[in-house]
Amino acid sequence: MLEIKNLQVRAGTKDILRGINLSIGTGEIHAIMGPNGSGKSTLARAIAGHPEIEVVGGSITYNGKDLLDMAPEDRAREGVFMAFQYPVEIPGVNNAYFLKAAINAKRKHQGLPEFDAMEFMALVREKANILHLDPTLLNRPVNEGFSGGEKKRNEIFQMAVLEPKLAVLDETDSGLDIDALKAVAEGVNAMRSPDRAIVVVTHYQRLLNYIVPDFVHVLQDGRIVRSGGKDLALHLEEKGYSGIEAAQPQLM
Amino acid sequence: MAQLVEQEKSASPQLAHYAAEFQRAVSQTSPQPRWVLQARESAMAQFERLGFPTTKLEQWRFTSVAPIAERPFVLATDGISKVDRKQIAALSDNPALAVSVNGRFAPQLSSLKGLPKGVQILGLEDTLASNPTLVEPYLAKLTLTQTNAFTSLNTAFLRDGIVIVIAPHVVLETPIEVVFVSVSEGKASVSHPRLLIVAGEGSQATVLERYVGVGASFTNAIGEFWLGAGAVIDHYKLQEEPADSFHIAGMFLHSARNGNFSSHSLTFGGGLVRNDVVAVLDGEGIDCTLNGLYVGRAKQLIDNHTTIDHAMPHCGSHEVYKGIMADQSHAVFNGKIIVRPDAQKTDAKQTNKALLLSDDASINTKPELEIFANDVKCTHGAAIGQLDDDAMFYLRSRGLSVSDSRAMLIRAFAGDILNRVKIAPVRHYLEDLLTARLPHVD
Repeated sequence: MLEIKNLQVRAGTKDILRGINLSIGTGEIHAIMGPNGSGKSTLARAIAGHPEIEVVGGSITYNGKDLLDMAPEDRAREGVFMAFQYPVEIPGVNNAYFLKAAINAKRKHQGLPEFDAMEFMALVREKANILHLDPTLLNRPVNEGFSGGEKKRNEIFQMAVLEPKLAVLDETDSGLDIDALKAVAEGVNAMRSPDRAIVVVTHYQRLLNYIVPDFVHVLQDGRIVRSGGKDLALHLEEKGYSGIEAAQPQLM
Repeated sequence: MAQLVEQEKSASPQLAHYAAEFQRAVSQTSPQPRWVLQARESAMAQFERLGFPTTKLEQWRFTSVAPIAERPFVLATDGISKVDRKQIAALSDNPALAVSVNGRFAPQLSSLKGLPKGVQILGLEDTLASNPTLVEPYLAKLTLTQTNAFTSLNTAFLRDGIVIVIAPHVVLETPIEVVFVSVSEGKASVSHPRLLIVAGEGSQATVLERYVGVGASFTNAIGEFWLGAGAVIDHYKLQEEPADSFHIAGMFLHSARNGNFSSHSLTFGGGLVRNDVVAVLDGEGIDCTLNGLYVGRAKQLIDNHTTIDHAMPHCGSHEVYKGIMADQSHAVFNGKIIVRPDAQKTDAKQTNKALLLSDDASINTKPELEIFANDVKCTHGAAIGQLDDDAMFYLRSRGLSVSDSRAMLIRAFAGDILNRVKIAPVRHYLEDLLTARLPHVD
């Protein structure tokens, strides 16, 4: 589904990603782990198409298409979704109104009829139930005045409504207490499907107790230094990122 | 000294032109009450004294009216045959509709049947001929003390207009819409529309005042609003004249105690636009809201000058102006708040926010607080910014196009003002207008 080859990203004069290679198949859950400043979030944003990310080399191919050549909105309509580490507050834009515009932009792109208000509300109610989301959040401006936990749950809620093929969760666990973390993980697990790939970007192993990955990659200094199964995360928990540095550089 | 002499010399052909126009206009006007003629003559004298303002005057520092001063505008004639019926169609459901074309009341285009008892909507010229005492205590009284050349010019050419008189304790359920149409006549033509509203004690009404145009012309409008004790007026001034028009407008409010006046100035059209709002809170317990939304594009210049004069204690004023400026448009906002020595317990709040959509758009914004009382609360704030890049990316990352994302953020920015428009069809009309005015993506 997603092929990342030798991806290089620069910010100013600094190399943030220095040749990332990653292959993600349908139905898989990948965890990208790494210390602060390792480039995890940059990788997530490169996939989503953040305009400030300057790709200087390499490629990202998504279902056979050149993802880097696509505008962020086109990526979203093709099924790419990023849950933001810091969801943006947008005063004056109603959450439900925004989400209806988003899903209809996608449906239009897919050649499907747009949802009317009734159909949309039915869908939203169903998804809100699954996530135990306070439905009054829908009538508030996007993320404005939301607690940290509410913001993250709102991201997962958007994901549930938009039903992406590829979901990238950028440090969705940061700033969450254990109850909020469980709720978010439950939402993500409900989205697990043979048709969908999920990439979990995280600093801590904790989230992976609840969202169990098929593959774990350790990112350090802009490179994937190690890949493995879910046990790699446990190994990291024990030894820390410094323990990885001493290990053999991976060959992929 | 030399400069002064030179200025007078260069201005004089213009003043001579208007003096001749004034003589012509007076001779052509049907007989008017003596007090009206006197007001006109003294206004003309004041105009000749003042001349057109230059950017040397603080109040006109950022707004050059040279394009107006340089052209010998002649009084527009009736123009009714050229009115676009679609333009003057009412926006709200079943309002009373009064239309004025080139400053002249047009009963044949108006729809004033079935007005509630106690509500009069009249042509000013007719009223001056048949029942001048109805308007004598009010007409041109608020403008008397103004030292604005355009205000004087309007009064000098006072002939017709629209008068709304609401008897005490009458509550209007449906809005009154007043449409001022300026019809260009090929050459540079000017009209001086006038609106006089007298709301009796305890009366309530909603008034939409609209300005539209056919071709480019110069509209020099005056509105005078008198609120009796406890009167409630919800007012909207919507300006959507053609892009090459000149629109200079003065709105003057006088409220007695416990009056509640809210006004929304909504500027979309015109090339050179100047709105002066002067609200005198001359009684205790008055609540005055002045809101504004101005949307500029191309080379539009939109200048809003407001003055709220707290003359008495225990009054509140709330002012939020928001601007959305694209292309090379330029905005000016000057918000003056005067709190007189007697006006203790004044609560005045002023905010001006502008969204600049291009690097070439600009705004000059200035609060002007003159506070002579000591137990008052006065706050002001200004903020100028661009569309938030993070918000843009967030919306796009969910599948919204760049133009839809921009439209959503711009609508959200204007929301403070638009959401307070109580007439739903008018609100929807404004939302569409906003989208239509800014469809392009930089």
